[in-house]
Amino acid sequence: MTRADGMSQRTRRRFLVETAALAGAAGLALRLDSDPAGATPASMQAAIRNVAGEAKLNKGRVKIDVPALIENGNAVPLTVSCESPMTQEDHVKAIHVFTEKNPQPNVIGVRLGPRAGRASVSTRIRLADTQKIVAVAQMSDGSFWSDEVEVIVTLAACLEGA
Amino acid sequence: MARALINAPAKAKHGEAIEIKTMISHTMETGFRPDSTGRPIPRDIITELVCRYNGEEIFRAELFPAIAANPFLTFFTVATESGTLSFEWTGDNGFSATESVNITVE
Repeated sequence: MTRADGMSQRTRRRFLVETAALAGAAGLALRLDSDPAGATPASMQAAIRNVAGEAKLNKGRVKIDVPALIENGNAVPLTVSCESPMTQEDHVKAIHVFTEKNPQPNVIGVRLGPRAGRASVSTRIRLADTQKIVAVAQMSDGSFWSDEVEVIVTLAACLEGA
Repeated sequence: MARALINAPAKAKHGEAIEIKTMISHTMETGFRPDSTGRPIPRDIITELVCRYNGEEIFRAELFPAIAANPFLTFFTVATESGTLSFEWTGDNGFSATESVNITVE
């Protein structure tokens, strides 16, 4: 092995190591970039607390109706309904929907009253990932009720460019 | 003016809970998508829908970017008297749209 060969070997190795390091750093940067403000279970809890305060979240009375397996996360039919007589004394005041892994935890918040007759709201939502959906209902007596479902999303709502 | 569609029964019995379906054309740009140069496209969504029955508010929804394009909302109200159901959408960049339908209550 000549001296010149040895040199080129060393330079090549150094080049490879440096490139790998650079690529690693770039990869990390890209990953951070592509996740601008992802909602996490923690931020979802914060958003729920923002609505419910310190009140206890009871299970039941609220029902989320959404397909368990979603092919296209860009428009997912969602219905949230509540068991309530919807009278002046006992009605649903508000329904809120949250997600765990969308860029932002809030999805929708609606205000109802006894004039609604039936506490049921439907819409179409975006889902960025396989995740948990939580619905919280506030009753006229100040209690909060919730329901949660796990959904599988095969094609996520696009966060990429058009 | 954005195209808005309202589907509500023209006639209803007094005291009956009627279903109201609303849809309005809007891209609901989330603000999380980058454009072709990598810069985020600014958020442009409808943030609120208010429904009034003869002037009295019966339903209000606050919308977030997680609502799909062309926001579709269905809800119920009790048919109390003949009159008008009016709908008002407001959103980013001064977006505003209104629509109304008449209802006859027997």
